[in-house]
Amino acid sequence: MSDRKIRVATCSLAGCFGCHMSLLDIDERLFGLLELVEFNRTPLTDIKHCGPCDVGLVEGGVCNAENVHVLKEFRKNCKILVAVGACAITGGLPAMRNNIDLWDCFQEVYQYEGGLEGGKVPNDPELPLPFDKVHPIYEVVKIDYFLPGCPPPADAFWRLLTDLLNGREPKLDYEMLHYD
Amino acid sequence: MSKNIIIDGLTVPFQEGQTIMDAAMAAGLYIPHLCHNPEFKPHGSCKLCTVNVNGRNVASCTMPAAEGQQVLNDIAELNAERLALTQMLFVEGNHLCPACEKSGNCNLQGVAYYLGMMSPHYNHFYPAREVDASHPDILLDRNRCIYCELCVRASRDVDGKNVFGLTDRGIMTRLIVNATSGLLGDTSLAATDKAAQVCPTGALLVKRKGFAVPIGSRIFDRHTIKDVQTGGSHE
Repeated sequence: MSDRKIRVATCSLAGCFGCHMSLLDIDERLFGLLELVEFNRTPLTDIKHCGPCDVGLVEGGVCNAENVHVLKEFRKNCKILVAVGACAITGGLPAMRNNIDLWDCFQEVYQYEGGLEGGKVPNDPELPLPFDKVHPIYEVVKIDYFLPGCPPPADAFWRLLTDLLNGREPKLDYEMLHYD
Repeated sequence: MSKNIIIDGLTVPFQEGQTIMDAAMAAGLYIPHLCHNPEFKPHGSCKLCTVNVNGRNVASCTMPAAEGQQVLNDIAELNAERLALTQMLFVEGNHLCPACEKSGNCNLQGVAYYLGMMSPHYNHFYPAREVDASHPDILLDRNRCIYCELCVRASRDVDGKNVFGLTDRGIMTRLIVNATSGLLGDTSLAATDKAAQVCPTGALLVKRKGFAVPIGSRIFDRHTIKDVQTGGSHE
């Protein structure tokens, strides 16, 4: 292996950034991690597009067309792509809308709910096209590893990253594996 | 003289009338299962407890134990099939664990953790299923039903009320309620009934109890389903 640092990219699609917060919960281990890795596109660096990377961590499911573009960019650029958290793996809480008609959903949020001036459903051409159902990311691109949890515990992130950095097949202990 | 079967190389005694599952449980051996509960007549539907007996795969919860049986249980091939069955159960319903009160106490989760399920693997169905909140003390969320018939058996055989039943077949199977309105609130079901206690998932929940124990301190957060179900408790 060359002496360059391992490149890692992260993003949140239809997620809440809770998984990212849990990643930050590895606390002072972040310093050790930064000796070994450099971050490419992440909300932490504010780099907008994913370049060639060794590992991509994707939080959140796919709920609109932009999510698919970002996800495909990650798949194209990341040697190893990891689905992080319940939303990326099952659709998660956003998938609770899957049996509600999308227009009913919009009306409930933007028209019937008070507080929004004008009370109109947003219709700007710059807004990404929403899908009628939210899907986990493995239904769209090939995923190499999964890190379940809502969010996955910090120790599970640490285990996954250290296993990958050391060339081991990632394996979680029983108490690190949960779906909630 | 006691009779024996062999499970994964171990000699396990049995009595006449016991199934392979009964004998294994009595010996403290774990065979993964969801529709089985030793308090009720076996149902044999989830097929998670499938074992290999003298070269043939059978459901251990319904297969009578018999002298000379060589049983394979905890082997990679069977556990891979059990994992696939569990993954199919996850995608056929709407099992959104972070939004479920049963999370951490759910046998479907417990089995999935035990089998090391990292993702549901298959494409999700996201079926449209009815939620029935009409009963003052019990919630019926069909999104989480796995059709094990434990509530059907408990209501019929223990409570004597016949509140639940399954209708239609295959992927159309549904859990129905024995009332003209079809609503749980119009039945005699009580929160203290056995039928309200036996659901292995979060399909039937007694209301106002959901967060008595916080997430993270629940049964399968701390113990494997193997340890729980071979330790005498069947919660």
